[in-house]
Amino acid sequence: MSRSRKNLYNVGALLAGLGVTFKFMFKRKPTIQYPSRKKKHAPRFHGLHELRRYGDGKERCIGCELCSSVCPANAITVIGAENSPADRRSPGERYAARYEIDELRCIFCGMCEEACPTDAIVLTPRFEMSDYRRGSFIYSKDRLLVPPEAGTGLAPDDRPNGIPSDLGRVAEIKSTVDTGEGYDATWRGTILKTQTKGLAE
Amino acid sequence: MNGFLTPQSSIWWMVLIKCAVLLLIVITTFAYAMLAERKVMGWMQLRPGPNRVGPWGLLQPAVDAVKLILKEDLTPKTADPLIYRLAPFISLVTALAVYAVIPFSEPSPGNVWAVGDVNAGILLILAMTSIGVYGISLGGWASGSKYPLLGSVRSTAQLVSYELAMGMSLVGVLILAGTTSLVGIVNSQAKLWFFIPQIVGFIIYVITAVAETNRAPFDLVEADAELVGGFNTEYSGLRFGLFFIAEYINMLTVSCIATLLFLGGWNAVAGLTIVPGIIWFLLKVAFFMFAYIWLRSTFPRIRYDRLMAFGWKVLLPAATLNLIATAAYVAVRG
Repeated sequence: MSRSRKNLYNVGALLAGLGVTFKFMFKRKPTIQYPSRKKKHAPRFHGLHELRRYGDGKERCIGCELCSSVCPANAITVIGAENSPADRRSPGERYAARYEIDELRCIFCGMCEEACPTDAIVLTPRFEMSDYRRGSFIYSKDRLLVPPEAGTGLAPDDRPNGIPSDLGRVAEIKSTVDTGEGYDATWRGTILKTQTKGLAE
Repeated sequence: MNGFLTPQSSIWWMVLIKCAVLLLIVITTFAYAMLAERKVMGWMQLRPGPNRVGPWGLLQPAVDAVKLILKEDLTPKTADPLIYRLAPFISLVTALAVYAVIPFSEPSPGNVWAVGDVNAGILLILAMTSIGVYGISLGGWASGSKYPLLGSVRSTAQLVSYELAMGMSLVGVLILAGTTSLVGIVNSQAKLWFFIPQIVGFIIYVITAVAETNRAPFDLVEADAELVGGFNTEYSGLRFGLFFIAEYINMLTVSCIATLLFLGGWNAVAGLTIVPGIIWFLLKVAFFMFAYIWLRSTFPRIRYDRLMAFGWKVLLPAATLNLIATAAYVAVRG
Protein backbone atom coordinates (compact mmCIF):
# COMPACT_ATOMS: atom_id res chain seq x y z
CA MET A 1 0.00 0.00 0.00
CA SER A 2 1.50 3.29 -1.06
CA ARG A 3 1.96 6.10 1.37
CA SER A 4 -0.68 8.34 -0.17
CA ARG A 5 -3.22 5.53 -0.12
CA LYS A 6 -2.54 5.03 3.57
CA ASN A 7 -3.24 8.69 4.29
CA LEU A 8 -6.56 8.65 2.48
CA TYR A 9 -7.98 5.91 4.65
CA ASN A 10 -6.41 7.07 7.89
CA VAL A 11 -9.64 7.25 9.85
CA GLY A 12 -7.84 8.18 13.06
CA ALA A 13 -6.50 11.36 11.46
CA LEU A 14 -9.98 12.24 10.19
CA LEU A 15 -11.45 11.86 13.68
CA ALA A 16 -8.63 13.94 15.15
CA GLY A 17 -9.48 16.67 12.68
CA LEU A 18 -13.13 16.56 13.69
CA GLY A 19 -12.02 16.84 17.32
CA VAL A 20 -10.04 19.98 16.57
CA THR A 21 -12.93 21.77 14.89
CA PHE A 22 -15.32 20.71 17.68
CA LYS A 23 -12.99 22.10 20.32
CA PHE A 24 -12.57 25.35 18.42
CA MET A 25 -16.33 25.85 18.39
CA PHE A 26 -16.26 26.67 22.12
CA LYS A 27 -13.14 28.80 22.09
CA ARG A 28 -13.26 32.51 22.75
CA LYS A 29 -13.65 34.42 19.51
CA PRO A 30 -11.05 37.14 19.00
CA THR A 31 -13.42 39.26 16.87
CA ILE A 32 -13.87 42.89 17.89
CA GLN A 33 -17.44 43.97 17.03
CA TYR A 34 -16.10 46.90 15.08
CA PRO A 35 -18.54 49.75 14.72
CA SER A 36 -19.85 49.32 18.27
CA ARG A 37 -16.46 48.48 19.77
CA LYS A 38 -13.16 49.83 18.58
CA LYS A 39 -9.68 48.46 18.82
CA LYS A 40 -7.23 50.28 21.04
CA HIS A 41 -4.55 51.51 18.70
CA ALA A 42 -1.07 52.44 19.80
CA PRO A 43 -0.69 56.19 20.49
CA ARG A 44 1.64 56.47 17.49
CA PHE A 45 -0.79 54.77 15.10
CA HIS A 46 -0.50 56.23 11.61
CA GLY A 47 -3.91 57.56 10.62
CA LEU A 48 -5.33 60.79 9.27
CA HIS A 49 -3.00 63.80 9.33
CA GLU A 50 -3.42 66.90 11.45
CA LEU A 51 -1.71 70.29 11.33
CA ARG A 52 -0.94 71.51 14.84
CA ARG A 53 -0.90 74.98 16.38
CA TYR A 54 1.07 76.67 19.12
CA GLY A 55 -0.53 77.58 22.42
CA ASP A 56 -1.18 81.13 21.24
CA GLY A 57 -3.18 79.86 18.27
CA LYS A 58 -0.48 80.43 15.63
CA GLU A 59 0.09 77.68 13.07
CA ARG A 60 3.17 75.58 13.54
CA CYS A 61 3.64 75.04 9.80
CA ILE A 62 6.21 77.39 8.28
CA GLY A 63 5.61 76.32 4.70
CA CYS A 64 9.10 74.83 4.22
CA GLU A 65 7.79 71.99 1.99
CA LEU A 66 10.08 69.42 3.62
CA CYS A 67 7.12 67.06 4.13
CA SER A 68 6.19 67.44 0.50
CA SER A 69 9.72 66.64 -0.70
CA VAL A 70 10.15 63.67 1.61
CA CYS A 71 6.77 62.16 0.79
CA PRO A 72 7.43 58.89 -1.11
CA ALA A 73 3.91 58.86 -2.53
CA ASN A 74 3.89 62.47 -3.70
CA ALA A 75 0.72 62.97 -1.71
CA ILE A 76 1.49 66.35 -0.11
CA THR A 77 1.31 69.71 -1.86
CA VAL A 78 2.50 72.80 -0.01
CA ILE A 79 2.59 76.38 -1.27
CA GLY A 80 4.36 78.68 1.15
CA ALA A 81 3.82 82.44 1.46
CA GLU A 82 5.42 85.32 3.39
CA ASN A 83 3.81 86.28 6.65
CA SER A 84 2.54 89.86 6.62
CA PRO A 85 3.19 91.84 9.82
CA ALA A 86 -0.50 92.76 9.99
CA ASP A 87 -1.76 89.14 9.91
CA ARG A 88 0.87 86.75 11.25
CA ARG A 89 -0.24 83.16 10.63
CA SER A 90 2.88 81.45 12.02
CA PRO A 91 5.76 82.59 14.24
CA GLY A 92 8.29 82.17 11.43
CA GLU A 93 8.81 84.23 8.26
CA ARG A 94 6.64 82.05 6.11
CA TYR A 95 3.45 80.02 6.47
CA ALA A 96 1.58 77.50 4.33
CA ALA A 97 -0.80 79.37 2.07
CA ARG A 98 -2.06 76.07 0.68
CA TYR A 99 -1.54 72.69 2.26
CA GLU A 100 -3.16 69.62 0.72
CA ILE A 101 -2.80 65.92 1.32
CA ASP A 102 -4.27 63.36 -1.04
CA GLU A 103 -5.21 60.63 1.44
CA LEU A 104 -5.74 58.14 -1.37
CA ARG A 105 -2.09 58.48 -2.44
CA CYS A 106 -0.80 58.58 1.12
CA ILE A 107 0.81 55.36 2.34
CA PHE A 108 0.76 56.48 5.99
CA CYS A 109 4.49 55.95 6.40
CA GLY A 110 4.92 58.94 8.70
CA MET A 111 7.93 60.41 6.89
CA CYS A 112 6.25 63.84 6.79
CA GLU A 113 5.93 63.71 10.56
CA GLU A 114 9.61 62.86 10.90
CA ALA A 115 10.77 65.46 8.42
CA CYS A 116 8.79 68.36 9.91
CA PRO A 117 11.16 70.77 11.71
CA THR A 118 8.39 72.33 13.80
CA ASP A 119 6.35 69.18 14.57
CA ALA A 120 3.47 70.75 12.67
CA ILE A 121 2.25 67.80 10.64
CA VAL A 122 1.39 64.71 12.69
CA LEU A 123 -0.50 61.50 12.01
CA THR A 124 -3.42 60.94 14.36
CA PRO A 125 -5.04 57.61 15.26
CA ARG A 126 -8.19 58.60 13.34
CA PHE A 127 -8.74 56.12 10.55
CA GLU A 128 -12.42 56.19 9.52
CA MET A 129 -11.97 58.25 6.38
CA SER A 130 -14.21 56.38 3.95
CA ASP A 131 -16.25 58.52 1.57
CA TYR A 132 -18.12 58.30 -1.70
CA ARG A 133 -16.03 60.55 -3.95
CA ARG A 134 -12.35 60.58 -4.78
CA GLY A 135 -12.29 64.34 -4.46
CA SER A 136 -13.34 64.04 -0.83
CA PHE A 137 -10.06 62.38 -0.01
CA ILE A 138 -8.01 65.44 -0.87
CA TYR A 139 -7.77 67.10 2.49
CA SER A 140 -7.01 70.79 2.24
CA LYS A 141 -5.74 73.03 5.01
CA ASP A 142 -9.19 73.86 6.37
CA ARG A 143 -9.74 70.21 7.16
CA LEU A 144 -6.22 69.36 8.33
CA LEU A 145 -5.59 72.27 10.68
CA VAL A 146 -6.73 71.81 14.28
CA PRO A 147 -9.64 74.18 14.85
CA PRO A 148 -8.57 76.90 17.35
CA GLU A 149 -11.22 75.84 19.87
CA ALA A 150 -9.87 72.25 19.82
CA GLY A 151 -6.53 73.31 21.28
CA THR A 152 -3.12 72.71 19.81
CA GLY A 153 -3.28 69.08 18.78
CA LEU A 154 -1.07 66.47 20.42
CA ALA A 155 2.35 65.24 19.40
CA PRO A 156 2.31 61.45 18.96
CA ASP A 157 4.36 60.87 22.11
CA ASP A 158 2.00 62.98 24.23
CA ARG A 159 -1.11 61.05 23.30
CA PRO A 160 -2.74 58.90 25.96
CA ASN A 161 -2.94 55.17 25.43
CA GLY A 162 -6.19 53.70 24.20
CA ILE A 163 -9.03 55.02 22.11
CA PRO A 164 -8.75 58.78 21.48
CA SER A 165 -11.84 60.63 22.65
CA ASP A 166 -11.98 62.62 19.41
CA LEU A 167 -11.72 59.58 17.12
CA GLY A 168 -15.05 60.46 15.59
CA ARG A 169 -13.89 63.92 14.59
CA VAL A 170 -13.15 62.63 11.09
CA ALA A 171 -16.89 62.63 10.42
CA GLU A 172 -17.16 66.26 11.52
CA ILE A 173 -14.19 67.19 9.39
CA LYS A 174 -15.83 65.51 6.42
CA SER A 175 -19.22 67.05 6.93
CA THR A 176 -18.05 70.66 7.24
CA VAL A 177 -16.20 70.96 3.95
CA ASP A 178 -16.83 69.06 0.75
CA THR A 179 -13.96 69.37 -1.67
CA GLY A 180 -15.67 66.92 -4.01
CA GLU A 181 -17.05 69.62 -6.29
CA GLY A 182 -14.67 72.53 -6.01
CA TYR A 183 -11.38 70.71 -6.36
CA ASP A 184 -9.23 71.97 -9.22
CA ALA A 185 -7.18 69.11 -10.56
CA THR A 186 -5.25 71.18 -13.08
CA TRP A 187 -3.89 73.38 -10.33
CA ARG A 188 -2.50 70.38 -8.50
CA GLY A 189 -1.04 69.00 -11.73
CA THR A 190 0.91 72.21 -12.41
CA ILE A 191 2.25 72.32 -8.89
CA LEU A 192 3.44 68.72 -9.07
CA LYS A 193 5.18 69.51 -12.36
CA THR A 194 7.06 72.48 -10.94
CA GLN A 195 7.98 70.49 -7.85
CA THR A 196 9.43 67.58 -9.79
CA LYS A 197 11.01 69.75 -12.48
CA GLY A 198 14.49 69.57 -11.01
CA LEU A 199 14.33 65.81 -10.72
CA ALA A 200 13.27 65.17 -14.29
CA GLU A 201 16.17 67.05 -15.85
CA MET B 1 -70.80 24.39 -1.02
CA ASN B 2 -71.66 20.81 -0.09
CA GLY B 3 -68.95 19.57 -2.41
CA PHE B 4 -66.28 21.05 -0.16
CA LEU B 5 -67.27 19.16 2.94
CA THR B 6 -68.18 15.66 1.84
CA PRO B 7 -66.11 12.91 3.49
CA GLN B 8 -64.28 12.33 0.20
CA SER B 9 -63.32 15.95 -0.33
CA SER B 10 -62.33 16.50 3.30
CA ILE B 11 -59.46 14.07 2.74
CA TRP B 12 -58.25 16.27 -0.07
CA TRP B 13 -58.59 19.37 2.07
CA MET B 14 -56.56 17.66 4.79
CA VAL B 15 -53.82 16.83 2.28
CA LEU B 16 -53.79 20.38 0.96
CA ILE B 17 -53.53 21.88 4.45
CA LYS B 18 -50.78 19.44 5.34
CA CYS B 19 -48.89 20.36 2.16
CA ALA B 20 -49.13 24.07 2.87
CA VAL B 21 -48.04 23.72 6.50
CA LEU B 22 -45.24 21.36 5.55
CA LEU B 23 -43.98 23.68 2.82
CA LEU B 24 -43.88 26.55 5.28
CA ILE B 25 -42.03 24.45 7.85
CA VAL B 26 -39.51 23.07 5.37
CA ILE B 27 -38.70 26.48 3.88
CA THR B 28 -38.32 28.04 7.33
CA THR B 29 -36.12 25.15 8.39
CA PHE B 30 -34.00 25.75 5.30
CA ALA B 31 -33.60 29.41 6.20
CA TYR B 32 -32.46 28.65 9.71
CA ALA B 33 -30.36 25.67 8.66
CA MET B 34 -28.45 28.13 6.51
CA LEU B 35 -28.05 30.55 9.40
CA ALA B 36 -27.03 27.68 11.69
CA GLU B 37 -24.43 26.59 9.18
CA ARG B 38 -22.93 30.06 8.97
CA LYS B 39 -22.97 30.40 12.74
CA VAL B 40 -21.47 26.99 13.52
CA MET B 41 -18.89 27.26 10.77
CA GLY B 42 -18.01 30.68 12.10
CA TRP B 43 -17.51 29.34 15.60
CA MET B 44 -15.34 26.51 14.33
CA GLN B 45 -13.22 29.08 12.48
CA LEU B 46 -13.05 31.35 15.55
CA ARG B 47 -15.51 33.88 14.14
CA PRO B 48 -18.84 34.91 15.68
CA GLY B 49 -20.79 34.36 12.45
CA PRO B 50 -23.57 36.65 11.22
CA ASN B 51 -24.84 38.76 14.13
CA ARG B 52 -25.71 42.15 12.64
CA VAL B 53 -29.31 41.69 11.48
CA GLY B 54 -31.75 41.29 14.32
CA PRO B 55 -30.91 39.86 17.73
CA TRP B 56 -28.14 37.27 17.40
CA GLY B 57 -28.39 37.57 13.62
CA LEU B 58 -31.78 35.83 13.59
CA LEU B 59 -33.20 37.99 10.77
CA GLN B 60 -30.28 37.21 8.46
CA PRO B 61 -32.24 34.70 6.30
CA ALA B 62 -34.97 37.29 5.62
CA VAL B 63 -32.41 39.86 4.54
CA ASP B 64 -30.63 37.31 2.36
CA ALA B 65 -33.92 36.46 0.66
CA VAL B 66 -34.59 40.13 -0.08
CA LYS B 67 -31.08 40.47 -1.47
CA LEU B 68 -31.49 37.48 -3.78
CA ILE B 69 -34.86 38.70 -5.02
CA LEU B 70 -33.48 42.13 -5.83
CA LYS B 71 -30.46 40.81 -7.73
CA GLU B 72 -30.42 41.01 -11.50
CA ASP B 73 -31.55 37.83 -13.19
CA LEU B 74 -29.08 37.02 -15.97
CA THR B 75 -29.34 34.50 -18.77
CA PRO B 76 -26.13 34.05 -20.76
CA LYS B 77 -26.38 34.55 -24.51
CA THR B 78 -25.08 31.03 -25.14
CA ALA B 79 -27.53 29.42 -22.74
CA ASP B 80 -30.43 27.22 -23.78
CA PRO B 81 -33.13 29.49 -22.36
CA LEU B 82 -35.86 26.93 -21.70
CA ILE B 83 -33.72 24.31 -19.96
CA TYR B 84 -31.68 27.00 -18.23
CA ARG B 85 -34.84 28.36 -16.63
CA LEU B 86 -36.35 24.94 -15.97
CA ALA B 87 -33.36 23.40 -14.18
CA PRO B 88 -33.67 25.24 -10.83
CA PHE B 89 -37.33 24.24 -10.65
CA ILE B 90 -36.49 20.57 -11.26
CA SER B 91 -34.03 20.75 -8.38
CA LEU B 92 -36.43 22.43 -5.99
CA VAL B 93 -39.60 20.53 -6.90
CA THR B 94 -37.95 17.12 -6.57
CA ALA B 95 -36.34 18.21 -3.29
CA LEU B 96 -39.70 19.28 -1.89
CA ALA B 97 -41.72 16.38 -3.31
CA VAL B 98 -39.85 13.96 -1.05
CA TYR B 99 -41.56 15.45 2.01
CA ALA B 100 -44.89 14.07 0.84
CA VAL B 101 -43.99 10.66 2.25
CA ILE B 102 -41.72 11.41 5.20
CA PRO B 103 -43.51 10.64 8.47
CA PHE B 104 -42.49 12.92 11.33
CA SER B 105 -44.01 11.07 14.22
CA GLU B 106 -45.92 7.96 15.25
CA PRO B 107 -49.18 7.63 13.32
CA SER B 108 -52.19 8.13 15.56
CA PRO B 109 -55.43 6.22 14.75
CA GLY B 110 -56.98 7.62 11.57
CA ASN B 111 -54.14 10.02 10.91
CA VAL B 112 -50.49 9.95 9.90
CA TRP B 113 -47.81 12.60 10.54
CA ALA B 114 -47.16 12.80 6.83
CA VAL B 115 -48.96 14.03 3.76
CA GLY B 116 -49.33 10.42 2.71
CA ASP B 117 -48.23 7.08 4.16
CA VAL B 118 -47.11 5.35 0.98
CA ASN B 119 -46.27 1.67 1.35
CA ALA B 120 -43.19 2.13 -0.88
CA GLY B 121 -42.12 5.43 0.66
CA ILE B 122 -38.40 4.82 0.60
CA LEU B 123 -38.52 3.93 -3.09
CA LEU B 124 -40.33 7.17 -3.87
CA ILE B 125 -37.70 9.13 -1.96
CA LEU B 126 -34.87 7.44 -3.85
CA ALA B 127 -36.60 8.00 -7.17
CA MET B 128 -37.21 11.66 -6.44
CA THR B 129 -33.66 12.39 -5.29
CA SER B 130 -32.39 10.64 -8.43
CA ILE B 131 -34.49 12.95 -10.60
CA GLY B 132 -33.03 15.86 -8.65
CA VAL B 133 -29.69 15.16 -10.32
CA TYR B 134 -31.25 16.35 -13.58
CA GLY B 135 -31.65 19.83 -12.17
CA ILE B 136 -27.91 20.11 -11.59
CA SER B 137 -26.83 18.32 -14.77
CA LEU B 138 -29.19 20.19 -17.06
CA GLY B 139 -28.56 23.52 -15.34
CA GLY B 140 -24.82 23.19 -15.88
CA TRP B 141 -25.20 21.96 -19.42
CA ALA B 142 -27.74 24.58 -20.47
CA SER B 143 -25.63 27.44 -19.12
CA GLY B 144 -23.52 27.25 -22.28
CA SER B 145 -20.24 27.96 -20.54
CA LYS B 146 -17.29 25.85 -19.55
CA TYR B 147 -17.24 25.81 -15.74
CA PRO B 148 -20.90 24.92 -15.37
CA LEU B 149 -20.42 22.19 -17.98
CA LEU B 150 -17.50 20.72 -16.03
CA GLY B 151 -19.60 20.92 -12.88
CA SER B 152 -22.50 19.11 -14.47
CA VAL B 153 -20.24 16.41 -15.93
CA ARG B 154 -18.85 15.88 -12.46
CA SER B 155 -22.31 15.79 -10.94
CA THR B 156 -23.44 13.12 -13.36
CA ALA B 157 -20.43 10.94 -12.63
CA GLN B 158 -20.37 11.54 -8.89
CA LEU B 159 -24.07 11.25 -8.18
CA VAL B 160 -24.56 8.19 -10.34
CA SER B 161 -21.67 6.29 -8.79
CA TYR B 162 -22.51 7.22 -5.21
CA GLU B 163 -26.19 6.51 -5.68
CA LEU B 164 -25.33 2.84 -6.28
CA ALA B 165 -23.55 2.48 -2.98
CA MET B 166 -26.30 4.46 -1.27
CA GLY B 167 -29.05 2.23 -2.59
CA MET B 168 -27.10 -0.88 -1.61
CA SER B 169 -26.58 0.40 1.92
CA LEU B 170 -30.30 1.01 2.32
CA VAL B 171 -31.35 -2.44 1.08
CA GLY B 172 -29.83 -4.01 4.19
CA VAL B 173 -32.28 -2.05 6.34
CA LEU B 174 -35.17 -2.96 4.08
CA ILE B 175 -34.31 -6.65 4.38
CA LEU B 176 -34.20 -6.45 8.18
CA ALA B 177 -37.45 -4.50 8.38
CA GLY B 178 -39.16 -6.58 5.72
CA THR B 179 -41.07 -3.57 4.44
CA THR B 180 -40.54 -0.48 2.29
CA SER B 181 -43.05 1.62 4.21
CA LEU B 182 -41.25 4.26 6.26
CA VAL B 183 -43.70 3.92 9.17
CA GLY B 184 -43.18 0.16 9.06
CA ILE B 185 -39.38 0.54 9.05
CA VAL B 186 -39.46 2.84 12.07
CA ASN B 187 -41.87 0.57 13.96
CA SER B 188 -39.59 -2.43 13.42
CA GLN B 189 -36.84 -0.46 15.16
CA ALA B 190 -38.78 -0.24 18.43
CA LYS B 191 -36.39 -2.65 20.16
CA LEU B 192 -33.12 -2.16 18.31
CA TRP B 193 -32.19 0.75 16.09
CA PHE B 194 -30.87 -0.43 12.77
CA PHE B 195 -27.61 1.46 12.99
CA ILE B 196 -26.30 -1.25 15.34
CA PRO B 197 -26.85 -4.34 13.17
CA GLN B 198 -26.33 -2.25 10.03
CA ILE B 199 -23.30 -0.27 11.22
CA VAL B 200 -21.51 -0.79 7.89
CA GLY B 201 -24.58 0.30 5.99
CA PHE B 202 -25.00 3.28 8.28
CA ILE B 203 -21.45 4.53 7.74
CA ILE B 204 -21.74 4.03 3.97
CA TYR B 205 -25.08 5.79 3.93
CA VAL B 206 -23.75 8.81 5.84
CA ILE B 207 -20.76 9.13 3.51
CA THR B 208 -22.77 8.69 0.31
CA ALA B 209 -25.41 11.10 1.60
CA VAL B 210 -22.77 13.82 1.86
CA ALA B 211 -21.73 13.07 -1.71
CA GLU B 212 -25.34 12.93 -2.94
CA THR B 213 -26.09 16.40 -1.63
CA ASN B 214 -22.85 17.86 -3.07
CA ARG B 215 -21.61 18.97 0.29
CA ALA B 216 -18.00 19.41 1.35
CA PRO B 217 -15.75 17.40 1.32
CA PHE B 218 -17.55 15.93 -1.73
CA ASP B 219 -18.65 19.24 -3.25
CA LEU B 220 -16.79 18.73 -6.51
CA VAL B 221 -19.88 19.72 -8.42
CA GLU B 222 -19.68 23.24 -7.05
CA ALA B 223 -15.97 23.39 -6.16
CA ASP B 224 -15.74 27.16 -5.80
CA ALA B 225 -11.97 27.05 -5.93
CA GLU B 226 -11.62 25.20 -9.22
CA LEU B 227 -14.94 25.63 -11.02
CA VAL B 228 -15.95 29.09 -9.73
CA GLY B 229 -19.33 27.74 -8.65
CA GLY B 230 -19.69 24.67 -10.83
CA PHE B 231 -23.15 24.16 -12.22
CA ASN B 232 -24.49 27.37 -10.67
CA THR B 233 -21.76 29.70 -11.97
CA GLU B 234 -24.04 31.46 -14.46
CA TYR B 235 -27.07 31.58 -12.21
CA SER B 236 -27.91 34.71 -10.28
CA GLY B 237 -30.71 36.13 -8.20
CA LEU B 238 -33.69 33.97 -7.41
CA ARG B 239 -32.68 31.18 -9.79
CA PHE B 240 -29.47 30.71 -7.84
CA GLY B 241 -31.60 30.93 -4.73
CA LEU B 242 -33.72 27.98 -5.88
CA PHE B 243 -30.62 25.81 -6.30
CA PHE B 244 -29.45 26.96 -2.93
CA ILE B 245 -32.76 26.10 -1.26
CA ALA B 246 -32.77 22.72 -3.02
CA GLU B 247 -29.30 21.91 -1.72
CA TYR B 248 -30.26 22.59 1.89
CA ILE B 249 -33.59 20.80 1.59
CA ASN B 250 -31.74 17.79 0.19
CA MET B 251 -29.47 17.92 3.22
CA LEU B 252 -32.57 17.90 5.38
CA THR B 253 -34.01 15.01 3.37
CA VAL B 254 -31.00 12.74 3.73
CA SER B 255 -30.89 13.59 7.43
CA CYS B 256 -34.54 12.56 7.72
CA ILE B 257 -33.85 9.30 5.87
CA ALA B 258 -30.87 8.54 8.08
CA THR B 259 -33.05 9.18 11.13
CA LEU B 260 -35.93 7.05 9.89
CA LEU B 261 -33.86 4.14 8.62
CA PHE B 262 -30.98 3.96 11.05
CA LEU B 263 -31.68 5.98 14.20
CA GLY B 264 -35.16 4.70 14.94
CA GLY B 265 -37.15 7.71 13.73
CA TRP B 266 -39.42 8.93 16.50
CA ASN B 267 -38.46 6.12 18.91
CA ALA B 268 -37.35 7.64 22.19
CA VAL B 269 -33.77 7.52 23.41
CA ALA B 270 -33.30 5.42 26.59
CA GLY B 271 -37.05 4.91 27.01
CA LEU B 272 -37.79 8.61 27.60
CA THR B 273 -41.30 8.35 26.16
CA ILE B 274 -42.45 11.46 28.07
CA VAL B 275 -40.82 13.53 25.32
CA PRO B 276 -43.07 13.34 22.25
CA GLY B 277 -41.85 11.39 19.23
CA ILE B 278 -41.74 14.44 16.99
CA ILE B 279 -39.17 16.05 19.30
CA TRP B 280 -36.98 12.96 19.16
CA PHE B 281 -37.28 12.92 15.40
CA LEU B 282 -36.30 16.57 15.09
CA LEU B 283 -33.41 16.16 17.53
CA LYS B 284 -32.02 13.29 15.51
CA VAL B 285 -32.38 15.23 12.28
CA ALA B 286 -30.67 18.22 13.89
CA PHE B 287 -27.82 15.96 14.92
CA PHE B 288 -27.27 14.95 11.30
CA MET B 289 -27.53 18.54 10.12
CA PHE B 290 -24.87 19.50 12.63
CA ALA B 291 -22.68 16.64 11.43
CA TYR B 292 -22.93 18.03 7.91
CA ILE B 293 -21.74 21.45 9.00
CA TRP B 294 -19.06 19.87 11.13
CA LEU B 295 -17.74 17.84 8.18
CA ARG B 296 -17.75 20.90 5.94
CA SER B 297 -15.72 23.00 8.31
CA THR B 298 -13.23 20.19 8.97
CA PHE B 299 -12.31 18.50 5.72
CA PRO B 300 -10.82 19.89 2.52
CA ARG B 301 -12.31 18.90 -0.82
CA ILE B 302 -11.32 15.41 -1.95
CA ARG B 303 -9.52 15.09 -5.29
CA TYR B 304 -11.73 14.01 -8.16
CA ASP B 305 -10.01 10.74 -9.06
CA ARG B 306 -9.83 9.81 -5.38
CA LEU B 307 -13.54 10.49 -5.05
CA MET B 308 -14.33 8.08 -7.86
CA ALA B 309 -11.86 5.48 -6.60
CA PHE B 310 -13.34 5.70 -3.11
CA GLY B 311 -16.87 5.32 -4.39
CA TRP B 312 -16.24 2.39 -6.70
CA LYS B 313 -13.43 0.52 -4.94
CA VAL B 314 -14.38 0.97 -1.29
CA LEU B 315 -17.99 2.00 -0.77
CA LEU B 316 -19.64 -0.15 -3.43
CA PRO B 317 -17.87 -3.44 -2.50
CA ALA B 318 -18.42 -2.77 1.19
CA ALA B 319 -22.11 -2.07 0.62
CA THR B 320 -22.44 -5.21 -1.50
CA LEU B 321 -20.79 -7.40 1.11
CA ASN B 322 -22.97 -5.86 3.81
CA LEU B 323 -26.05 -6.59 1.73
CA ILE B 324 -25.03 -10.21 1.11
CA ALA B 325 -24.24 -10.74 4.80
CA THR B 326 -27.56 -9.24 5.87
CA ALA B 327 -29.48 -11.32 3.34
CA ALA B 328 -27.68 -14.49 4.44
CA TYR B 329 -28.39 -13.72 8.11
CA VAL B 330 -32.09 -13.15 7.48
CA ALA B 331 -32.31 -16.27 5.31
CA VAL B 332 -30.66 -18.47 7.94
CA ARG B 333 -32.62 -17.07 10.89
CA GLY B 334 -35.82 -17.25 8.89
